[in-house]
This record gives sequence, structure tokens and C-alpha cells, in this order.
Amino acid sequence: MTLNMFVQHFINALGLGSLYGLIAVGYTMVYGILRLINFAHGDIFMLGAYFVYFTTVVFKLPWLLGVGISIIGVTVCGLLVDRIAYRPLRNAPRISALISAIGVSFFIENLAIVVFSGIPRPVVQPPLLMKPIVVGQVRLIPLGLMVPVISFFLVGVLLWMVYKTKPGLAMRSISFDIETTRLMGVSVDRIIALTFALGSALAAVAGILWALRYPRVEPFMGIFPGFKAFIAAVFGGIGSIPGAMVGGIILGFVEIMSIAFFPHLSGYKDAFAFVLLIFILLIKPTGLMGEKLEDKI
Amino acid sequence: MSRKIRNGTLTLLALALFACFLNWAPSNLNGYVLRILNLIAINAILGLSLNLIYGMTGMFSLGHAGFMAIGAYVSALLILSPAQKEAMWILEPIAPWLLNLQTPFLVSLILAGLVAALFGWLIALPILKLGGDYLGIATLGFSEIIRILITNLTPLTNGSLGLKGIPAHTTLWMSYGCLGIFLVCMVSMMNSNFGNVLKAVRDDETAARTMGVNTFRIRVLAFTLGCFGGGLGGALMGNLITTIDPRMFMITQTYNLLMIVVVGGLGSITGSVIGAVLVTTMLEWLRFVENPIQLGSLSIPGIPGMRMVLFSVLLIAVIIFRREGIMGMREFTWDWFFPSRKKLEKNSERGGEGL
Repeated sequence: MTLNMFVQHFINALGLGSLYGLIAVGYTMVYGILRLINFAHGDIFMLGAYFVYFTTVVFKLPWLLGVGISIIGVTVCGLLVDRIAYRPLRNAPRISALISAIGVSFFIENLAIVVFSGIPRPVVQPPLLMKPIVVGQVRLIPLGLMVPVISFFLVGVLLWMVYKTKPGLAMRSISFDIETTRLMGVSVDRIIALTFALGSALAAVAGILWALRYPRVEPFMGIFPGFKAFIAAVFGGIGSIPGAMVGGIILGFVEIMSIAFFPHLSGYKDAFAFVLLIFILLIKPTGLMGEKLEDKI
Repeated sequence: MSRKIRNGTLTLLALALFACFLNWAPSNLNGYVLRILNLIAINAILGLSLNLIYGMTGMFSLGHAGFMAIGAYVSALLILSPAQKEAMWILEPIAPWLLNLQTPFLVSLILAGLVAALFGWLIALPILKLGGDYLGIATLGFSEIIRILITNLTPLTNGSLGLKGIPAHTTLWMSYGCLGIFLVCMVSMMNSNFGNVLKAVRDDETAARTMGVNTFRIRVLAFTLGCFGGGLGGALMGNLITTIDPRMFMITQTYNLLMIVVVGGLGSITGSVIGAVLVTTMLEWLRFVENPIQLGSLSIPGIPGMRMVLFSVLLIAVIIFRREGIMGMREFTWDWFFPSRKKLEKNSERGGEGL
């Protein structure tokens, strides 16, 4: 393998991994607080890609404006999902909320087919981001470098919010004990809504970057990245934001590098993540950075 | 007349009536209706087997589509003739040992269930140590791995091209016969001590363990039995539709079964059967929204895909407004029709007495 090829694969893996990480952060925050696998998160990500397609390709808005509108639109969708499908089930058995999440995911996918139609659509990449930079024998496109930089920056901002601000304190406290937090005068529902909003906004960014990086949108594009990001969250230790990012990066590297070195395995690409998941669940079910959760009797 | 004799007679009468219907239907109903009737029976088997895993034993499994796929492929590979197989494998030649392997339909059906159960057992051993959501994700992962393996192991499965020309062995008698046997097994199992142990594991695993139940073994056993049902249902499905390919067994398939179990009521055998009837007919009936509708002078154009949107709205509505489903954990008994015996009815509601 030449140096150029290796660097290409490395950048690809880093980009894919940080996108997985960005989606995984949304899963891990919601799971940390509500103990709910938000199955609809992958579809929220898909909406992000579609919104940017409509604002920039169909309505020809300037890029930054289109991106802004997409993030706000997707955040509203995330809030609606929480309000309509999850909040009525806060005191229900957890499995009910999980089934509701599956229903929402199913709903968004099928609504996307009705509204956007099932035909995959091409996204126009801004030419500015596609002009290769040549360093020695290595050719890099700015977009490939931009993806991990933006992702890490956003996760950094999120970590600051969670660990240094008051709403962040409330979030962490809810994940310990929801009832006590309520007694401390925290408006729990509002903090949970904030969590969904943050997770959805990050998923929207991931969807936009994904649509630029792999320039195509279709209604089912969220399913596999969604599953894989969840796996990344479990791998890194569910409930831990840095863990989600680390899990995502590892998953990205496993996927890209195993195909780079063993091209005949490319048919099994989507299976790697699941094998990785079962492997980590057997060895360390709490993930790399997760805390041990004891069953309460 | 004692209650037992009365209920027994009523059951026999109902069965006789149903047998007459099964005899009458094939020559009097059109192919479309017959297919839906068959699908109801198959979905009921699949729903019951998922309910055994999830509703009765409390293991959240999202892997049923994978076991269906195993059953469908095993059965199809066993009943296709060597000539058919030779013609079908275009991309790569078929594995030689598989080419001349051919068994009668019933044998293939049982083997399909057994192979699915074997896979279920192998998978259960490592992952049933997990609880709750993790189990759901792990089973989902396995079902996807199975599907990806089927897509890629071309010498065994013909890859993404799938299998065509499977003989249509699934008749009404066949599907309802299987359902009947499955129902009898389920009911007698749930009324036996084993059934009580399953419910104990579901309701409180720690308590069950303190009572001396080997909960892990029970969970593995229930999971394996459920997988047998999944394989059987998949095999019947393949023989009904006559073509199978890996895309048939996506996660959507599992969602449909989950819907059946949830609508019917988690932990209720009657519920799963009612759920299968409702969900299967609803999925067909909802097709009307995809056709143009003429309301007087107002014409509404059909919207393709709308059916599944409404279907998912229904799923969310059921879980928000009626979480326990139609039956909750109750079961059907003939006593419902004899309201004078209030006491008996109360008992059956509390405990669930089976058919």
C-alpha cells in the first residue's frame, strides 16, 4: 500500500468514525438520562441530510443559510418526537418507550418515502471544498479534513456545556437520579427536551456532513449509520460522551481499514459493527468508558 | 352439565366449524383472499413464537427476522429439485453436497425449525447473559449478520438473487394445521409448571433464582423454542410466496411481528392470534389509501407509501393509549359467554385459564 493510499484511508476512517461519533453522542445522552434507545435518532440524522438537500439544491439558498435552516428544522423535529412519542411514556415500563421509539423510526422513514419519494437524490458538493490540496505525493480534499475537525469541535463544545454550565449540571444529575433532581427544583422535562435538542442538532450536523461526503440522500440512509452509531455508543460505554466519540472512531477505523487490507471482505462491511458489538458485550458489557450499573432489587 | 364438558364441546364445535370453512374456502374464495388467510396463520405462528420469547419470558428480542430467514432458506434449499438448483445458481456454482439434497416438504419444514432453533441456541448461550435493551440490540445484530451472511455465501444461498420457483406447498390446511399444533403446544406449555417458571423469570428474575430456578437455562430453552417457531414460520412463508431473497428479512419484518405481539397483548396467547388477524388484515385493508378515492365530486389521488405511515401511527397510538394491548395478559375462555358465573370469570381474568 502506497503512502498516498494509506493517508487516504486514514482520513476516510477518521471522517467516517467522527461522523459515527457525532451521531453516537445523541444516543448516549438520551440513554444516559432516560435509559431509552432512541431508535428514531438515525432517522433524525436522515432528515438533516434531506433538509440540506432541499435548502441548497432545490431552493438554491446559500450554503451557510441552508445549513442553519436544516439544523434548526431537525432540532424542532427531535423536540416533537420527544414531546409526542416519549413524554407520555415517562412513567411507563421502559420497554414501552422502546417500542414507541421503533414506531417513530418506522413513521419517519415511511413519511420520508411519501414526502421525499424513495428515489435517491444527488447532493451538489460545494466546489470550494472539493479542490484537492497536494502535499508531496498525497492529495487531500478539504472536505475530508473538515469533517473530523468540525465533529471534534462540536463534541468539545458539548462537553463544555455538560460539565461547565448549569443545564449541563442538571443533565448529569438527572442521569443519576431523576426524582431527586425534580425535588431540587429542576424542570426535568425541560432539561430532557434540551438533551433531545442537542442530540438532534448534532445528528443534523452529522447528516449534513454525510450528505456532502457521500453525495446522495435517500429515505433509508439513516438506518445503518444509526445502528452503527448506537453500537459505537455501546462500545465506548453508554452514557459517556467521550466514550461515544472514541467508539465511533474505532468503528470507523475497523470498517475502513479491514476493507482496505482485505478487499474480498467488502460484502461483509456492514457485519463488522455487529460482530464488534457482540464481542464487547461479551467481554465488557459496560463498554470502554462506561460506569458499572448495578441492578436494583 | 359441568363446565369442563361444556367448554370441551364448544371447542370441538368451533373446530368442526373451522374445518368446514377450511374445506369450503379454497374452491370458493379468490387467490388474494386465500393468500391473506394463509398469511394470518403464518403471522400468528411467528407472533406466538416471538411472544414466547418476549411476552412470556421477558427477553426483548429483535432478531426474529433472522431466524425466519434461516427457516425459509433451509426449507427452500431442501425441497428445490437438483435441476432447478442448477439453473438458478448463475453467479457461482452451488456447493456440490447441496445440489442433490432433496427431502419431502414436511421433513424440510421440521428441519427448518430445527436449524433455526440450533442457531438460536448457539446465539443464546453467549448473549442471554445480557438483559433488557442490550439483548434487543445484540439479537438485532445477529439477525443482520445472518442476513449479510446469506447475501454473501453465494454457493449456499445464491446470494442476493434469492431463490425462485419454490413449490407452493403452503395450503390453508397446512398453515392452519401448523398453527393448530403450535397453539396446542403453547397452551399446554403455558398451563404447565414450565409456563409458570417462564412467567416467574419474566416478572422477577432475582426472585425466581432464589426459589431455585436455573433462570439462565430457562431463558435459553424459551429462546430456542421461540426460534423454532420463527424458523417454521419462515419456511411456511417461503413456500407461500414461492420466492425468497435476503431483502425480505430486514428489520421491518421483525417490526411487523412486534406490532402483532404488542397490539394483541404481551404475554397472551389469544392476544397474539388476534393481533395476527388484525395486523395482517389491516396491512392489506390500508392499501385503500394508496388508491385514488372518489368522494362525490371530490377525488383524492392515491398516495403510494401512505399505508405504512398510517400503520406506524397506529403502533405509536397503541403504545401510548393502550399499552397492554387488546388482551393484556388475559386469555380467551368460553366462560366469557356465560356471565351468570361471575366468580369464574373473575378467576379467569386474574389468572388466565387458557383455551
